[in-house]
Amino acid sequence: MSAYIVPIFIIFVLLYASYKNLNTYNIFVKGAKGAIELVVSIFPYIVAIMVSVALMRTSGLTDLLTRLVSPIFNFLGIPNQVSELVLLRPFTGSGSFALLNDIYSQYGPDSYISRCASVIMGSSETVFYVATVYFSQTKVKKLLYAIPCALVASLVAAVLSCLLCRVM
Amino acid sequence: MMMLGTAGLLIINPEATVSNMLDASSGAVELCISLCGIYAVWLGILEILDASGLSDKLAKLLRPVIKRLFKGVDENVHKDIAVNISANMLGLGNAATPYGISAMKKMDDGSGVATRPMIMLMVLNATSIQLLPTTTIGLRAAAGSSSPADIILPTLIATFVTCLTGIGLVLLCGKIFKRKKQNV
Repeated sequence: MSAYIVPIFIIFVLLYASYKNLNTYNIFVKGAKGAIELVVSIFPYIVAIMVSVALMRTSGLTDLLTRLVSPIFNFLGIPNQVSELVLLRPFTGSGSFALLNDIYSQYGPDSYISRCASVIMGSSETVFYVATVYFSQTKVKKLLYAIPCALVASLVAAVLSCLLCRVM
Repeated sequence: MMMLGTAGLLIINPEATVSNMLDASSGAVELCISLCGIYAVWLGILEILDASGLSDKLAKLLRPVIKRLFKGVDENVHKDIAVNISANMLGLGNAATPYGISAMKKMDDGSGVATRPMIMLMVLNATSIQLLPTTTIGLRAAAGSSSPADIILPTLIATFVTCLTGIGLVLLCGKIFKRKKQNV
């Protein structure tokens, strides 16, 4: 089903534009030109966050953090094995998908742990990456409560995910 | 964060520090190159959306929601926000980014402090509603799950609650900050 939505949308847009007598090719090219400029301007921010995350992981700091917070997470109903995923998820998309795969192969994809991890994955986002990229082109230095709000919401999602998997 | 990580590695495994940083950095280059392709396509489509007046229509459709969540934001930013939110809901997070950045730029007042609408947009993107967790389902199927799609319902519930929590928190914090400013 979902495989059809995007192609249909694109065909609809193109048809509508031709109906309006627009030169779709020229307009598309004009828009696409902006991509390189955009990527060049967000590139340094992506490098900074990816290098930081890699260092945190290989230095064992994330492991340490996991061990510190997993009792709290346990209390909230998040199993130990999923704690690392909850912590890693806000930082890296590819890293957390790799971890999700590890969880699948270790516990089997239909186990409670794996289902928990899947729902957490599907209901959260890479908060720090989004914050870095979205604010990269503005003069904003103070984010105020932006990141705490997003993180608290993600934690609520994680707790709820584990609860839902228990009953559904 | 970078400093902490480097210091930690220095103690455990000093040789790995530089190679690790370089690995991550070239990973970032690869990501950017693929992002460049993704952005080119979606920016091209956006240009057509704009020129044909479809994005105005989309903005009108989502107007009640946007008006309530982004109070005091200029009309011409509504279009970007509308496309950003729609792309996010379809699970096209990367396609949503260029529109989000463009909206952010227009909302920036140059004061160096994030305004409430900017924070709202960022939190909406960081807690975005995903109608179909396609990547996760794909991974589960590849791992040999007997019913890879049975996570859809709990995921939908969780993603809705996350988004609502995010919106609620931003509104709440916005009020608290406003009061603080008035007191000072």
